[in-house]
Amino acid sequence: MNLKRVSFGLLLLGTLSACGYIKPIKPWVKPYERQNIADPIMSFSRDPISDSYLSHVRDAREGASGADGGAGGGCGCN
Amino acid sequence: MVQMAVQEAVVVVTNKSKKIKLVYGWLRALVIGAAIMASGSIVSVRATVLPDERVDLLGHVYDGGGIQVSGPSVLVRKNFGGVVSVSGHYYVDMVSSASIDVQYSKSAQDLISGASKYSEERLEKNISVEYIHDRSTFNLGYTTSEENDYNAKTYNFGVSQAFFGDLTTLSFGLGFGQDQVGKNQNGKPDPAFRVLEKDRRKYTLGLSQIITKNLIADLSIDAGSDHCTNPLENDSCLNNPQRQVRYVSNSAKGFDWQAEKYPLTHNTDAIGLRAIYHLPYRASIRADIRRFTDNWGVEAKNAELRYTQEVYKDVLVEVKYRVYSQTAADFYSDLFPYRNAQDFLARDKELSQFSSQSIGLGVTYKMPWAIPGFDKSTANFYWDHMKIDYDNFHDFNNFMKEGGFEEGDENLYSLDADVLRFYLSFWF
Repeated sequence: MNLKRVSFGLLLLGTLSACGYIKPIKPWVKPYERQNIADPIMSFSRDPISDSYLSHVRDAREGASGADGGAGGGCGCN
Repeated sequence: MVQMAVQEAVVVVTNKSKKIKLVYGWLRALVIGAAIMASGSIVSVRATVLPDERVDLLGHVYDGGGIQVSGPSVLVRKNFGGVVSVSGHYYVDMVSSASIDVQYSKSAQDLISGASKYSEERLEKNISVEYIHDRSTFNLGYTTSEENDYNAKTYNFGVSQAFFGDLTTLSFGLGFGQDQVGKNQNGKPDPAFRVLEKDRRKYTLGLSQIITKNLIADLSIDAGSDHCTNPLENDSCLNNPQRQVRYVSNSAKGFDWQAEKYPLTHNTDAIGLRAIYHLPYRASIRADIRRFTDNWGVEAKNAELRYTQEVYKDVLVEVKYRVYSQTAADFYSDLFPYRNAQDFLARDKELSQFSSQSIGLGVTYKMPWAIPGFDKSTANFYWDHMKIDYDNFHDFNNFMKEGGFEEGDENLYSLDADVLRFYLSFWF
């Protein structure tokens, strides 16, 4: 039932798009508008050496790890 | 493209003055865009550019729970031919003492006399290569970690692809690790202990999206699996062989010790979402959340808020606050009711139920003077303070020293730790 609904929805979207009723989404942030995004203070890892150390400390002290941008080098720190 | 725009603009300008402002605006945008792209500062926005060439020299100190860990770390990154980037990373941990849950697994006599103190060193080396082709980035990495009772090798591979006008970057990574787990006795390998081997696998999926001209968001999904590759009956490679569990007994102390026993596999899943927003006056605010689960019954979540502000022309200040909490593993207990109370036994406080709070302060100072051979240099100092409150791990230390407690009824353990990082960074 759900599969039929999804298929119908996709077919409807495709038809509307082909007939020109739906315009394709275009990148809305232009290159000349990315001055702030390019600022180093907008980096998730401005200084990798420092971030990887803090990530290592947390991995050693907490049961959780991963999904934080770190690669994980393996240590017997448990 | 720019020439066509200019020609069209000239025609329109001669027709209607009302359209002059509009065309002028487009022209100005085009010229500014072209100039910025030519300078290379914007094209380098998220993906499909090589990382900066730099050298970092870091000194780190961890001090908490009776343990001091310190050491140096060096990172060097150099690019070649505009498409290849090579980095090398060298890292040392010098550990002054064992963790409380390992230390107090020794005999009470050792504890009181302090005879169980030890020190060890961990050396980590990494080399990574990154290659860019069009809007794709490929990276390969190899890491080794050496301790006198634990060796690890990790291989990483990753690929990322930018699309949608470079607003979206999709990445995939996998890591494969092989570890050798040993056991020390008086600082030397224990001849009676058979070295255990384990494999680690990690798969990562990432999506990075520029949402507005001031907002970026990242979604990460990790799945990991560790398992023992050469186990015999009663072997357990996913724990620290030094650590033991305690159980209630008829001895004079009221309890006794036996070896930990873990499952042979550990499967983990984590999902993280983080976003960073650019504020006026050159400041940014960042938020991170993460949820973690594993097949041992641990469920964890954490959230962090970070604020970065330029206070003077060359000084950046960072403030952050983080909270973390987790449930205990199904087979964890601080005090088991009797020997071999269950199939799996753990007394690792990192598998107990606890919550923590951290605050952090940091300063980055861009050196105003030019150092020969380098374009930019910074000096950085960061301090983090962690407070961890354990809900079912007791302060065995006070119990042993002061007495007066029933076993298993000691005060709950809590830990305060300071984490210091001082580093110099040089871009060339």
